[in-house]
Amino acid sequence: MLTDLHKQLLNDFQRDFPLSARPYQDIADRLGVTENEVLTALKDSTIQPFISRIGPVIRPNQIGVSSLVAMAIPEIHLQSVADKISAYSEVNHNYEREHRFNLWFVAMAADAEHLSLFIEKVERETGYKTMPLPLVNDFFIDLGFKLELNHA
Amino acid sequence: MPDSRDLQLLEVIQLGLPVCSRPYAEIGKQCEMSESEVIARLTQLKQNGVIKRMGVIVKHHPLGYRANAMIVWNVPDELITPLGTRISQFPFVTLCYQRPKQPEWPYNLYCMIHGKDRAVVLMQLEQLNQACGLLNFDQQVLFSRRCFKQRGAVYQRNTDLAHG
Repeated sequence: MLTDLHKQLLNDFQRDFPLSARPYQDIADRLGVTENEVLTALKDSTIQPFISRIGPVIRPNQIGVSSLVAMAIPEIHLQSVADKISAYSEVNHNYEREHRFNLWFVAMAADAEHLSLFIEKVERETGYKTMPLPLVNDFFIDLGFKLELNHA
Repeated sequence: MPDSRDLQLLEVIQLGLPVCSRPYAEIGKQCEMSESEVIARLTQLKQNGVIKRMGVIVKHHPLGYRANAMIVWNVPDELITPLGTRISQFPFVTLCYQRPKQPEWPYNLYCMIHGKDRAVVLMQLEQLNQACGLLNFDQQVLFSRRCFKQRGAVYQRNTDLAHG
């Protein structure tokens, strides 16, 4: 069971995480607990499955170049093609979606040239066409995601 | 623009801040920076928008947010920015992008909705379509089925494609 402290740690520190020498102490002060309680709660096995990591969300294309890529793969080959794509270190996300274009992944490289070489490599090694859909504009201001934790 | 030291720092910290008393000092050890340089650089990167947010990055799926839909619309060019700005303000929207149309894919506005189940997501989409006047535009809803891979963006300065 998630405790109240777990829930506060999951919801209240998705942004503006303290940039100070002892950030967990600052969090503890805000929540009226000790630094040690915060550290223990964050390492607790009940909260671990809910946290991807603590860190920065970096604006797309500020460092490196990325693109969403869609592919239409026959159902019987989807798993094997998806496995091949997931294995590339350039790929961050790789999803099946309900559509004729059923495989959607995000690829990232140091620059545009490397990215297009990588996408060509995917076509060559899988034998299927790709449809790159690079970002033109990002409208989203990421403030984190308010979780309704009562039913979690 | 971030300099090479910033990139080095981001490469280390994107893997996660350690859970210990002096985490920025630990990060500093891995990129030969002092704790105060790490903090100063992160503060700067946040101020100039390279870092969108800094904090706890949660996994939606174990928390019961099991339905994820990507919605795409074909909207006139001049409406992309006002609509994108509007869409991104709905609390259930987790991404909102403009992408180029393709011959087989005439869509230019994308958003993502994470919800507890499919019915909730469809209700939220209905709300979005109504409120933003999106019903007249061609649209597609693509629910995710299997997740084959998901990790934070991993920036690599040297992409090894020489052997590809």
